[in-house]
Amino acid sequence: VKRAAIIISFLCVLFMPLVASALNVKEFRLDNGLKILIVEDHKSPTATFQIWYRVGSVDEKIGKTGLSHLLEHMMFKGTAKYGPKTFSQTIQRAGGIDNAFTTREYTAYFELLASDRIGLPIGMEADRMRNLILTPKAVLSERDVVMEERRLRYDDDPEKLLFQEVIAASFKDHPYRWPVIGWMSDLKTLDPEDLIAHYKTYYAPNNAVIIVVGDVSAKEVFAEIEKAFGGIPRGPAIKDAHGREDEQYGEKRIYVKKEAELPSVLITYKVPNISDRDGFALDVLAAVLSGGKSARLYNSLVYEKQIALSAWAGYEGLHRDPFLFFAAATAAHGKKIEDVEKSLLEELEEIKKASPSEREVQKAKNQIEASFIMEQDSISMQARTIGSFEMIGGWRLIDTYLEGIRKVTAEDVRRAAAKYLVADRKTTGILIPEGGVKK
Amino acid sequence: MAGRARVARWIVPIFFFLVLLAPPRARAGFLAEREVLPNGMVLLHAERTGLPIVKVVLAIKAGSVYDPPGKGGIANLTADLLNEGTTTRSSRDISDAIDFVGGSLGTSGGEDYVTVSLSVLKKDVSLGFDLLSDIVLRPAFKEEEIKRRRAIIKSSIIRQKEDPASVASKAFLKAVFGEHPYGSPVEGTEESLDGITRQDIVAFYESYYQPNNAIISVVGDIDREEVRALLKRFFVGWHRKEIATSPLPVAGRAEGPKVVKIQKDITQANVILGHLGISRENPDYYAVSVMNYILGGGGFASRLMDNIRDNKGLSYDVRSFFSANKFGGFFEAELQTKNATANAAIAEILKEMERIRTEPVTDKELKDAQSYLTGSFPLRIDSDSRIASFLTAVEYYGLGSDYVDKYKEYINAVTKEDVLRVAKKYLDPKNYVLVVVGNLEKTSLKY
Repeated sequence: VKRAAIIISFLCVLFMPLVASALNVKEFRLDNGLKILIVEDHKSPTATFQIWYRVGSVDEKIGKTGLSHLLEHMMFKGTAKYGPKTFSQTIQRAGGIDNAFTTREYTAYFELLASDRIGLPIGMEADRMRNLILTPKAVLSERDVVMEERRLRYDDDPEKLLFQEVIAASFKDHPYRWPVIGWMSDLKTLDPEDLIAHYKTYYAPNNAVIIVVGDVSAKEVFAEIEKAFGGIPRGPAIKDAHGREDEQYGEKRIYVKKEAELPSVLITYKVPNISDRDGFALDVLAAVLSGGKSARLYNSLVYEKQIALSAWAGYEGLHRDPFLFFAAATAAHGKKIEDVEKSLLEELEEIKKASPSEREVQKAKNQIEASFIMEQDSISMQARTIGSFEMIGGWRLIDTYLEGIRKVTAEDVRRAAAKYLVADRKTTGILIPEGGVKK
Repeated sequence: MAGRARVARWIVPIFFFLVLLAPPRARAGFLAEREVLPNGMVLLHAERTGLPIVKVVLAIKAGSVYDPPGKGGIANLTADLLNEGTTTRSSRDISDAIDFVGGSLGTSGGEDYVTVSLSVLKKDVSLGFDLLSDIVLRPAFKEEEIKRRRAIIKSSIIRQKEDPASVASKAFLKAVFGEHPYGSPVEGTEESLDGITRQDIVAFYESYYQPNNAIISVVGDIDREEVRALLKRFFVGWHRKEIATSPLPVAGRAEGPKVVKIQKDITQANVILGHLGISRENPDYYAVSVMNYILGGGGFASRLMDNIRDNKGLSYDVRSFFSANKFGGFFEAELQTKNATANAAIAEILKEMERIRTEPVTDKELKDAQSYLTGSFPLRIDSDSRIASFLTAVEYYGLGSDYVDKYKEYINAVTKEDVLRVAKKYLDPKNYVLVVVGNLEKTSLKY
């Protein structure tokens, strides 16, 4: 694989999953509390089956971080019915692919395959919701795999490391501060008992949502799901654990020194989530700043001043508790990070002073609306969007969201910037390169 | 977000390399209508209603394989500059116009061909074709834009040096292909980019950016007549021109292991082991696909993953693949493991290569591989974007409009004997290139 020169400069506005308001979601609920959301999409003869559990790194304790993600790995280790190593092999034999991901708030498992084979993952997911076998030997071996994953994703990737460190500094008492994958020192202590307790608590029908999108009949798929999952008893009630973040008393600043080539800056501001009215304005603000090459940050830092290799902003509002607004840039070769940071902040100050133009705001809204439609090209993306909204307050928020975006004015954008992009909400991280490649 | 398998690095390469060998479950034969236009451009069109979007991929056979000696990166730079200004629109005009309607218009370099991709809502399709044709037919290649993009690409080349996987991959391709263009990075090097002038770019553009050297795939909510009308309106005046070709140097297989060690102060050794492979036109392509699925291409169903990750916990991501391009290809197995276990992991790769070329695979392994490769086809053409890319590749590699049906036959015809034969022929656990990027003191490599 050759890695052609790809500049990631304005991806962030795309991180916020979007969906057309006209999504025809059919909602069902079983007596045991399991919620089921189905969208019939007949464009291609494929379907995705996904099961989302309301458990993530926010449900962990200090000293046991990384538990949810390790459990996600263990979910592929087999049950009495499907032995060790067989889960993915069985799905692949049916021409499907499967995988899973863990976030701060949820853990999701998904399969994607020809729609006439949708019954297979339904049965297998129902089985592993309750019948997982966790042997000490398998846990120890998979812990090693996760440590390798951590080395790969964080320890040896300077920009990811900066991201980890800035998040850790941004929050002081909210569980958002530790990485989903966990701290290395904690990973070494996770044992089978921890995993079993976590599994028994959170892997129950009343803590899960099933999402199916694809070339299926909602009625038939629901009948199959009911048959497979209906007999699973409801688990104990789970306390809704919202995290709290204590007040911040001023700007924070950190440095990461690491073998790297180019310095970079990553700034976060604490902001409300999407269920707050200001969330819509913050999303439009992110698009005005970095929705494409014509947007402010790329145009100023990369194109006009030619001091940055990339520059972007992004609003992460799809979280249960208030999370962060990001602004970041990587210096171009030979440019000083001090100048890059200064230019980045000038752009933020500018939008706090003067409202963006009507055309800029309209462009941002058009981009958000268009990506609502574009992403429906992929059934996996549709399911993922429905899940992301469902996890933070219900999939119907998708409609509220789009309406909210349409109402945002240029002055709303300026006001949101002035209110939230302030020192007492801010944390800045600088990556300082050390060393380099030696043969 | 953390995931069990590296979606981005595992799924994507499979789509990239195997997309060419995966046929649609025949939904009444053809996936698209094919037509050679009077100016020589090949048009592939698939009308898909249901979503008001249109996806277009325009491919030009002007990839880095055509970079003249000493001008590495010119093909990529030329493609990159297309949307940085035309004779009537500035770079900013173009980005503002496409951004305003929430569409995208991007260019992408490649070894064999470059692509210009357009994605728009149906209501904006006319604007989209206008911009697409303008950047392909009338790029300005202004000096100041060349200077800008050259600096950006150079910065990104420098930044790639902090990614151990990228460092390893570049070193590997160079060692395997030598002087063959596949051994040089698509984006060029800091030095080669400095040697490229505006004149070079214009000459390269004139040589290759011709309709008889182009494939356009149009997929989405648009019918035949609309496509014809748009092409007539916006691509008028693009006339056929002779394309000169020059022979490529031949890459020779090395004798004995060749080891490249690169020091980096990191926690993991990034390992790539491999050698020359096959071209896309090799008739053994399908048997090789089945064999590689069993060896290391099949994710959790593969031997490398089972042995090295599941049984030994040595690595998070381990896989092998054959990259088969028009003018050659390569085989590689790659993994990352903590520095101290590099020797052990490399030994297992070599062991599995040796095993598959000396012992027949089991009936179950063969059947599972065939079942996945044929059964997963619908996933590879399940969106307008994927279909547009798929059509482009099928046309470029001359796989034929019945490839959709043929692929299944080719895969199902592969026998255990074929697997053993191609493993013997195309895997070489003695004469290989081994690249290790990591903390060399801690790895204490035996190789």
